[in-house]
Order: sequence, then structure tokens, then C-alpha cells
Amino acid sequence: MTATQPSVSLADRAPARPAGPRPRVPGRAARTRRKWYEIIGLTGPALLVFTLFVLVPIGFAVYYSLYRWHGYGWPTEFVGLDNYFGPLGAFRDPIFRDGLRNNFIVLVGSLAVQGPLALGIALLLNRRFRGRAVFRLLVFVPYVLAEVTVGIMWQLILQPDSAADSFLRSIGLGGLVTGWLANLNVVLWTMLFVLTWKYTGFALILFLAGLANIPDELTEAAAIDGASWWQIQRHVTIPLLGPTIRIWMFLSMIGSLQLFDIPWVTSQASVRSLGASNTMATYMVEEGFNQRLWSYGNTVAVILFVISFVAALLFQRFVLRRDVDGALTRRAN
Amino acid sequence: MAATATLPSTARRKPVRWGNPVTYVLALAVAAVSIAPVIYVILGGFRTTGQIAADPAGLPRPWVWSTYGSVVGQTVFWRDLLNSTLIAGGTTVGVLVLGVCAAFVLARYKFRGREGMYTYFTLGLLFPAAAGILPLYLLLSDIHLTDGYLAYLGVIIPQVAFQLPITIVILRPFFAAFPMELEDAASIDGTDRLGFFWRILLPLSRPAIVTIAVLAFVASWNAFLLPLLVLQNDSLQTVPLGVLNFSTEHSQDTAGILAFTSLSMMPALLFFSFAERQIVGGLQGAVKG
Repeated sequence: MTATQPSVSLADRAPARPAGPRPRVPGRAARTRRKWYEIIGLTGPALLVFTLFVLVPIGFAVYYSLYRWHGYGWPTEFVGLDNYFGPLGAFRDPIFRDGLRNNFIVLVGSLAVQGPLALGIALLLNRRFRGRAVFRLLVFVPYVLAEVTVGIMWQLILQPDSAADSFLRSIGLGGLVTGWLANLNVVLWTMLFVLTWKYTGFALILFLAGLANIPDELTEAAAIDGASWWQIQRHVTIPLLGPTIRIWMFLSMIGSLQLFDIPWVTSQASVRSLGASNTMATYMVEEGFNQRLWSYGNTVAVILFVISFVAALLFQRFVLRRDVDGALTRRAN
Repeated sequence: MAATATLPSTARRKPVRWGNPVTYVLALAVAAVSIAPVIYVILGGFRTTGQIAADPAGLPRPWVWSTYGSVVGQTVFWRDLLNSTLIAGGTTVGVLVLGVCAAFVLARYKFRGREGMYTYFTLGLLFPAAAGILPLYLLLSDIHLTDGYLAYLGVIIPQVAFQLPITIVILRPFFAAFPMELEDAASIDGTDRLGFFWRILLPLSRPAIVTIAVLAFVASWNAFLLPLLVLQNDSLQTVPLGVLNFSTEHSQDTAGILAFTSLSMMPALLFFSFAERQIVGGLQGAVKG
């Protein structure tokens, strides 16, 4: 409802010129009115659904997080920012802080491992070869599988004495074997490994697509000028791939911050609850939904929202500005 | 490796030739790492739990078909598949209708507040939809979209909302790229803007529309968090929820879990092998903004 409000008020303002009681010209005024009906009719449903189911819940999350409330009736016990900074607030809660730390480890780990790995493979494979289509399809498999499926798959493989352990023993690395998903010091790194497996293909596909858009003439010219393979990559190809790399970083960053499915499926609740492999999102659902601590769950949600939003805005403002006419960084014209 | 780079420019040839061995070794290694765990799961379904326990990384010996047979014989499996299809199909239709209409207006109407409206939609790309999931759940249960079969809508409608920003970001530049002359010609021929939209723009935009449809379907098919909260009744559960429930309920039956998991991957893998081009194209579209 509220969403269509601005359009309506604009509709009143737009045909401002024929304000006087002019002789009825069926053309212009009717056309303008009709145009506004079309605009409202065609964008209204999308605006309504988007506002109601994406933005309004965020507003309510902020609201609920300022109360002590268990989900029944209307919240009455206003506690200000206690859920955030109070003695029992999120920022003093060691498990939440573990989750926050885990999110950042995953974020940095994803950028630092998947990016260079995918970039290296993409550069080496940046040429047409027979079977490339099949290769692209196979590399895409981990990305298209549902996170839940991937989680269960790796959970089975990484169970004690299952495939992973027996593989390591067979190549003489049996000494490394540990409780991959149970050892509190290891489980986060195991998860990072699974995430690397799942999402490196995504980065690789993006990079290969970006490389395909770089004209051959540029690298050929550099080669004629005597540049080595590495010099060509370093000074021609990678800079031209910059926009793709930066967009990938953006997507990877937002994805890492909202990480939920894989830790939820691969880790036992007990492991998560000790802070070894929880994330902000798993903690939000655990506390807010499973424990019915609505206001506390919403507090975690708001922190997740603010961190993502600020990080995304900063990234758009300072990193992506040159590449895309980011909708939020471009002046409205 | 350096050899190909120093080839003269006449070397641009259309017939695709065999690459050098290094390329193949690397490509094979990457492809093997990508699919080895999937192959393991699929093969594991052909073994008994006893075989798996005795030799976790072995091959089926003998091949056992009954585990797959019993999964295919379960109504639960087909019910989950049907639920996922209904929800992903509904989400796709909703995204198409709402997203195409909104993107059309944002691309081809001139009006005050247009850029503001576009920015408003793109806000959705800057934070995870998960952040609002708890109040969203309360909202849905307040308006009874978590009750009975209405829970389908309780998943579909929010998923449409989540998908609108990326849809509009991809479609708007595509719609805007059609020259004004085309619209003028249509109007001289007596059709208004909606006629132009329906008869000319939509048919010409099929590639972009297929791409956003595929992206919406994929997102919905793989979704977990929202269905986890909204679809509390098992008879409505989607495939991801079904796989998770099966693996916790039959935790001793390793072979059964492997078979169930690999069968549940099949529709997705088949679908994606056909739609790979659209998915990659869509991702590129997103990159170009």
C-alpha cells in the first residue's frame, strides 16, 4: 500500500501545466492519465510484494530487537539497545561473537582461496580446446547442487572412518585423520574446504566468461611486442578482467555473510552451539526460531543486516563505481 | 604455455583444435575434483551399508539395485519432487509476471521518480533476504500463509519478492536497448505502448526472459531457510527438506541416504545440463549490471 504512495503523488504533480480550465482536449490529459494508470498498474504489484516481504520484515526486525518479547501479542517491554550492548546483549555473548568471527573467517577465506584458485585455473584454460563445453558443465556441478544436498554429501564423506578417512589412509596420510566435523578446532576449516569445493566452480565460470570477452588482438599485440605469457596475464588480461573479479568479490562477500545452509546441515547443533561452526544466520535461527527468543534472534538479524548493508554500500561506492553504473552510486538523471 | 601466446595473429582459426597436454591435465584434474564426491554418492547408492562400512571408498561389488528401487518406490520421494516443482514453478511464474511488468515500465516510460523506484528495487541486492526471515515468518503466520496448503503461497510469494531485484536489474537494460524507432513504428501502425510491449517487446526478449526464469527456478529449487521455517508440515516439504529429514530419520542406513540423495540430485542435474547456457548468461548479465 505505502509503496504506491510516491507514484500517486507524482501522478498528481506531473500534468501540472494544464491546470486552468482549458477546453477539453481528449488527447493530452487523457493520455497522461492513462500513462499513470499503466505505470501504477504494472509496477504496483512488484512494489507491493517487494516492500511487504523484503523491506517491511527488516523494519520489524529492528523494532522487535528493541524489546524483550517472546512472540505473543504486541511487544510492550521496551529495552532500548540492551539486546545489542547490554550485559546479556549480543556483543557480550561469546557464542554470537564466535559466529561473527566465523563469518569473517569464511569471508576472508573465500576471497583468499577461491579467487586466486579460480583465476589461476581460468588463465591456464583460457583457450578453446576440444571438450571445453563438457568441462564447463562438469565444473558447474557443485554450484548447481542445492546447498543442503552438498552438505549431506560431505557429511557422509567426512564421517569418522568414512570415505575421506580411508582415502587419506590409503595415500599414507592417515596421521591427519581427525573428527572433521566434530573436532571443535577443525570443523570451521572443514567447512571452508566444503565451501571452496562448492563455490570455486562458480568463480571459475564467471572468470572464463569474462575472459571470453577480452579481444584476442590485445594479447596478440602484447605477444608481438615480446611480452612473456606471464607479463601478458599480469599487465593485459588480469586488469581487463578486473570488473568481473570485483563483481565476484561482491557476490562472494554477501554470500559469506549470510552463510546458513551448509553449517546448518554439516554441523551438529551441539558443535554449532559451542561456537565452533556457527554463523550469524544459524545463530539467528537457533535462538530466534528454535528457542523462541524472538527479540534476541531479531537482534542478531539486525546486526547481520547492518554489516551486510554497510559492507555492500562501501564496496559499491569505492570498488565497483568504476565498473558498473551501480544503481546506488549513479546520480539519478 | 607460452608457445600459444606467441603465435602470430593469423592463428585465429575457427575449427577448434585439440589443446596442449597441460591444458588437458589441468582440466581433467579440476573436473575430477568437482565431480568425484558426486560420483561417490551415486555409486554408494549401489552398495549395501555393510559394504560401505567395510570399505568406505570402494566400488560396488556386487551392484545392488534394490536401494534405489526402494527409494523410487517411496511416495515420499515423489511427493517432495512434486512439492518442489509446484513451488519453483509458482515462483518462476510470479517472478516473470511481476518482474517483466515492472522492468518494462522502468525501461520504457519516462516519469518523475523512475530512477528512485529503480534504486528502491536494487536495495534488495545489498543485504541478505535471510536478515528479515524471523519477522517474515511472523507476518506470514499472521496472514495465515503458513496454514495447510496456503503454506505453498507462504513460500512462493516471498521467494518472488527476493528474486525481483536481480530480475529487474537484468531485464531493464535489455528492454531499454530496443530503439525508440521500433516503438514509434508500432504506434504509427496503431498499437499503443501496451500493444508494443505485448506483441513486439516480449517476443523479442525471449533470451533474457528465459534467463531470469531459469535463475528464479534454480533459486527456488535449492532454497532451504524459508521452506524450513514455513513448511512445518512434512507433507508439503520440498526436496532439500526431504533429503535432510531422510538423512536424520534413517541415519543408520548409509546406503539409503546415498541413494535418496543422489536421486534427489538428478532432476537438478538434468535441468541444469540443459539450462547451463542461460545460467551462465544470466550471471554475466548480472555482472554487466
